[in-house]
This record gives sequence, structure tokens and C-alpha cells, in this order.
Amino acid sequence: MTRTHAVTRPLLDLLLAGVLAVAVLSALLAISGYSVRDALSALWQGAFSSWSVIASGTLLRATPLLFTGLAVAVAFRAGILNIGAEGQLLLGATAATAMAIAVPASFGLIGTMLALCAGLIAGGAWAFVPALLKVRFGVLEVISTIMLNVVALNVTGLLVRGPLQEPTRTFPQSPLIEQALRLPRLMTGTRLHIGFALAVLLAIGMAWFLHATASGFRLRMTGANSRAASSAGGVDVTRVTVLAFVLSGALAGLGGAVEVTGVTYALYENLSPGYGFTAIAVALLARLNPIAAVGSAIVFGALEAGASAMQREAHVPAGMVGVVEACVILMLLASEWVGERLASTTSWNRGAPPRTPEPSSVSAAPTPPSP
Amino acid sequence: MVLPPGTNGTVTSGAPRLALHAISRRYGGLQALDGASLNAAAGEVHALVGENGAGKTTLMKIAFGLETPDSGTMTLDGAPLAPRSPRDAMRAGIGMVQQHFALVDAMTVAENVALGGTGTLDLHATATLITRISADAGLPLDPHARVGTLPLSAQQRLEIVKALARNTHTLILDEPTAVLSPDESRDLLTWARRFADDGGTVILIAHKLREILSIADRITVLRRGRTILETRADATTETALAHAMLGLTPLAVRDKDGRRHTSIALRPTNPIITLRGVTATDENGAERLRDATLGVHAGEILGIAAIEGAGQRELLRVMAGRLTPLRGTATLPASIGWVPEDRHRDAVVLDATLLENLALRGAGSRKGLVAWNTLRGQAAAMMRERDVRAPEPNTTMRQLSGGNQQKFVIGRELADDPRALVVENPTRGLDIRATTSVHDALRAARDAGTAVVVYSSDLDEVLALADRIIVVAGGRTYDVPNDRDLVGRAMLDA
Repeated sequence: MTRTHAVTRPLLDLLLAGVLAVAVLSALLAISGYSVRDALSALWQGAFSSWSVIASGTLLRATPLLFTGLAVAVAFRAGILNIGAEGQLLLGATAATAMAIAVPASFGLIGTMLALCAGLIAGGAWAFVPALLKVRFGVLEVISTIMLNVVALNVTGLLVRGPLQEPTRTFPQSPLIEQALRLPRLMTGTRLHIGFALAVLLAIGMAWFLHATASGFRLRMTGANSRAASSAGGVDVTRVTVLAFVLSGALAGLGGAVEVTGVTYALYENLSPGYGFTAIAVALLARLNPIAAVGSAIVFGALEAGASAMQREAHVPAGMVGVVEACVILMLLASEWVGERLASTTSWNRGAPPRTPEPSSVSAAPTPPSP
Repeated sequence: MVLPPGTNGTVTSGAPRLALHAISRRYGGLQALDGASLNAAAGEVHALVGENGAGKTTLMKIAFGLETPDSGTMTLDGAPLAPRSPRDAMRAGIGMVQQHFALVDAMTVAENVALGGTGTLDLHATATLITRISADAGLPLDPHARVGTLPLSAQQRLEIVKALARNTHTLILDEPTAVLSPDESRDLLTWARRFADDGGTVILIAHKLREILSIADRITVLRRGRTILETRADATTETALAHAMLGLTPLAVRDKDGRRHTSIALRPTNPIITLRGVTATDENGAERLRDATLGVHAGEILGIAAIEGAGQRELLRVMAGRLTPLRGTATLPASIGWVPEDRHRDAVVLDATLLENLALRGAGSRKGLVAWNTLRGQAAAMMRERDVRAPEPNTTMRQLSGGNQQKFVIGRELADDPRALVVENPTRGLDIRATTSVHDALRAARDAGTAVVVYSSDLDEVLALADRIIVVAGGRTYDVPNDRDLVGRAMLDA
């Protein structure tokens, strides 16, 4: 893969993903006996019908997906299969809520910043657990992070029925975050908040970090071949692994903090409809490229926003879109394989050994669950 | 067939149990086997010996169906044999205990034996069978022990019992004593003798000549993929075998004055690399290198000769600053070039660009931003200087041929003018042209005043490159004159 490919391929993939998604969805709708036209029209209306819908629907949904997608991408780039973005996001949301409740409303934006920092730290700390288990005891992070997701979910559930429960003690959720502590809106008249801009800036920063900085380079090389990074580069791969894991968790945690301060204004158990899992699809579709992740988060955001509209208007179960998302990822992985074959037959050096899969094509990548 | 004088190249009479004839196998540019043959009779312990890379394991993998030959024929008790998988070979009565055991650690002994069987699983019957076989054979094993908890010697017994449970009459053991203590080795060889006396055939891949002469009935010697010698064990000597293995001249009956412990030679200048009483362990914590004291000076190529597993791996890594000694001190320069033998695993990142692979050196201590523009210029200059054939620095490492990859690695390791360069099997898998250019690069580094250390499993390569030679044998280091016979004897006489 040359540099130009690294930029153009993800863009082509996004286009392809959109076309595939529509094709698969149409087929599914037709088979299930829904009106393809009505359903697709509702999907489109729900995702792109106006600037206001784009902002309040698609981009709003894309925001947590972008935070968690970046979290997953940076971990995968370091050779860490972090499946725990969901749990890291939830604990980030929990810590941010706790902070937002604790600080007086008079703190204003400073209080918001404190809440975001709390989420960042909580997500990073939660990821530090599987990181330590991995480098100390060789525990597979796929397993530990999946398990810790369950722990995080139940911790959140416990807190919203206990110390963080709203004052009337009737609903399993936290009190509402004060108006003054909420994230400012990005566009007036829409629900889109400044968190989206923050996520896009983070994506750009991440691309710069991975490409230009020595730490980012160490992270990439550790992910591509940790033995060579250690032997030829003198890289402390244990340290890099732990730091990358914590960075990944912090991004997901920040995503959770942004969600509670920008969208829900309260913590409750089912805060995330599986953002941390869809994030894996977002990252893979972007081929772990942070800039492309902005595009792929928007694609998935549009699908999810459209799915709600489709359910409302055409009475098509929103779960259908989950099936489509999974199909798109499977087809993209297949297309990567086909692409490799084509590339190897046209390669100028036929003596090159066969490619081994790079981390981006990890076949164990789970498909996103239906939201 | 080149036979040293004083040896007897007799061939057996009657149809042998296992006969391999004119077997050839090529891997890319490497002719691993070049018309090798082997004849093992029933009731015999047959030793298969040769240098590293002589093709011993490949030949046996072919007999066991793990590899297919390019050409050649095989017979078993006179009938044609062409196993396409180990399953075929096992059905025909051939078993093999490989160097890396094929066991499932998490399972019990009985489960491992049952694994690969057919029909219903009756662990109780399997356990009874194991108890009976291990009692008969004198190979104690607890059928209910979990394999991961067993010592290597017991795992090896399990591999043998596994083969015996499948009615194996011809058992191949690939360097079985390498993992055993002297007592355990004796027990194993005693068992092998008994198995053969009962009519079985044991083919023993081995290094230790004294051990082989004490146990084997007959011996086949491979060198560079060819059968050099087939002889009765009682008709040969350690020296004759060593000659056949290494292709030594026949007049090399010399005493041991060629071998003495290494020391730090007195020179007008201090050595660049100094080891004092260095003991080092492998990844499993076993002491591989013991009490090594030596110095490497500027402007010399120190050649290291050793058979596999003698401790050279650890010695090289200590000298390259990649392994911290358990005891003793290693005084090393701040910058050392290191070219490990497993290029794809340890030296390069195949999916990264050449530019990124260049940036890899020193990546651990780099701060701030990576100066890609400066590095791009350096990469282009280095590739020109080292004749690395690639379109541009942004080419992916994977697209380069092995020779160009190795030229790149050597160029990278020498790019910051390190005071020492340590290389391990630098030309493995390369064609003649690439080999020549690697050799030229090493000599040029020496001439420029670098202290160069070269290990190669090909003794001739060490002899051709080295200004001075040390031999590592049994974890000890010895100074040996640059003489093929003396070096060869010192290597084998561990």
C-alpha cells in the first residue's frame, strides 16, 4: 500500500459501503415484504432531508461513533484488539455525570471541561485494567475487554439506582445536568453540539499524531511488528501497548462524557445503543485511518438516524439497519481480500512472499450488534 | 560418494524396512535435499547426522508425510511409500517425534493419545492402554496428568507412547536428547535400543557423535542435502564422521591444542566490545552461555562457529546489547548495529515503507516529531550506496526481494556509523549475488574500522569472512585458529 492508496482507498470504500448498504437493505426489505421505496425514502428523509436533520440526526449520531471509532482505531493500530470501547464509554459517561452533579452550576464551561476531563480519565483508567492484564499476565484483551463491558454496564446500572439516582428516586437515572454545564450547541436551532467539532479535531490530531510524532510512529510500528519494533528499534513495546490502550480508553470515555453533557443530559443504564461495538465497524470501514473515520462515522450515523425514521414512517424494524451494517462490514472485509489478490497479481515484484493479514483485516472482528 | 579413507561404506543386504532413494526438495532458492538417500533396516537404530541445514529434518519430514519430495522414491518393506500426510504415514506404521512436540498442553496425557484416533472416545480404555504400553516400554507416564504441567522429558515419552499406541514400527526421533539431561538421555537411548532389539526401527537425528557411536547400528551422514556416507557404526570413528559431516580434509588427526578458552587479547587499543565472565539464559531461563570472556576489536571480523543451540544465539544477543547477561559484565559501545537471522520477524516491518523501516532504528529513544523529510533524503542516499533495488523510499518492505531487504537492513544498521556490528546468519536464503554483496558490505564495514561479529551456521561462510574465529560449544567459548579442521572438531567436541 503506498501513501496515495492510504488516502484514496478509504474514500472509495465509503462510497462502496454506501452503495452496498442501500443494495442489501433493498433486497432485505423486498424479501420481508416492505415497500422498498417508502422505506428507503424514510431512511433518506431521516438522515439527509434538511440541514437541520443532518445536524440533529446524522451528525449527532455520528459523534459518539467517531469518538469510539477513533478509540478502536488507535488501539488496533497498536495491535490491541480493544472490544471494550462500550464499557469505557459508559464509565466515561458515569464519571462525567458525577462530576457535573458535584460541581456548582456557576462553574459554567469550566464545570463542563471538568466533566469531560473526568470522563477522559475514567475511560483511560478502565482501559488500564485490561492493559495491565495483557502485559503482566498475557490475558487476551479481546476477552478481558468484553467482560469488562458487562462489569461497566452493571456498575452504571447500580449507580443510577444508588448514589447517582435522581432526587425523587423513581427512575433509574441520574438527575439532569444543569443547563450551564451542558455542552454549547454548534448550530443554533439544532441539537448538534460542540462535541462533534471536538471529535473531528481529535481525528485530525490523531492522524497527525500517528504520522508525525515519534510516539505515534512507535505505536504504529509496535502494532505492525512488535518484535521488530523491540529488536530493531529499541522500542519498549510494553510501555507503548499500555499507553495506547489507555489512550484508546480515554477517547471512548471522552465520547461518553460528551454524550451525557451534549445529548442526554443525564446518565441512565441504556445510554449507549452499542456505540462501542458499532465503533469497531466504523474503525474497520475507515481502515483504521483517523481522517477516514470521520466519513465512516457519518455513514453509520446516517444509517442509525435513518433507521429511526424508517421505523417511525414505514414501520420497518430499526434492527434491519443493524443487519445491513453487519453485511457492509463483511463485504468490505471480503473486498479487502479480493483487493489483495488483485494487487499481488499486478505487483511488479512477483517474488514477493504472500501477504499476511494486517491488523485491519482481523478476521475475528465482530460484527456490530443491532442497535 | 566421497568416503574418507579408513571408513567402510557398506550397504545392507535384504530389503530394508524404510528406504529413501534419490530424494530432492527445493524451497525457493534453496536446494534442501539433492538426491539424498537412506536405508534403515528392521531391528536397527539408525543415526542420521549432518551439519545444521544439511537436510536431516526435511528428509525425515518427507518420510513422515509432512513434506512432499520434488523427486525420488520411497519404499516401506519393499512396497512403494508415498504418504501425503502424517496420517498416511502413521497408518503405514511410521511415527515421528519432532523437535517441537505436537501436544495439546491443556489436555491430559490420555486425551492427547486419544486425539487423532477414530470412533468413539473411551478415555478409560485409552488410559489403560497407556498404562500398559508405558509399563511394557519402561516409559513411565501418568495418563491423567495435564500435559502442560509435565517436564519436557515426560512430554517426549508421551510422544513416543502416542506413536506406540498406533502400532508404530518405525519411529523417527528428531534430536531427542537436546531437551534431556544426561540421565534422561541415557534412559531414552536405552529404550530405543530395546525397541530395535524387539524388531522395531529407530531413526535418530542427532548431533552428538559420541552418543551416536554408542547407540547406533548404522549411520547415514548428510551434507548439503546429499548422502555423503552410509556406514556401520562399528566401522567408523568420531573423526571420520566429523570429516564426512563438515567435508574436512582427511588428514586432520590433530590433538586438542587448537582449542583453548577465549580471553581478552592484548592489543594497543582497547576492545570495542568486552565481555567478562558473561553467563546468559534463553527465553525459558535455561543457561545457554557460561562464563564467556572475550573482546572484539576495531577493524576486525570476529567469526563465530557453533552447532545449533550451543549458546551462540545468546552470545550474539549479549554482544548486540539485546540481552542482559545473568552474570558478568558486557561493556558495549553506545551504538551497535544488529542484524538478526529472522529478518521478517525481528529486523523489518514488512507492511511499513522503507522510509519507516529506516526510521525504526533508534525509534525507542526518539523524541518529538519524526523528521520525515530529512529521513527521506537519508533513505534515498542509503539505498543508492547499498544498491537496494526499490523504486522509492515509500515502497513497502514486503515488495523487496530477500537480498534487497537484507542489503537494506545492513545499510540501516550501519547508517549512523556504529562502532560495532553484530550479524547472525546474514545470507540465509539469499542467492549468490546477494550473498556476495552482503559479504562485501561486512568487509567494507571492517575496513572502515567497525568491530564486526559474524555468526553463520554455514562454517565455510564464517571461515571465509573471519579474521579471527571463536567456537561456541556447550555454552563455552574457545579461541580456535582459522583452520577448517580445528574449528570443525572444536564445534562438535562439546
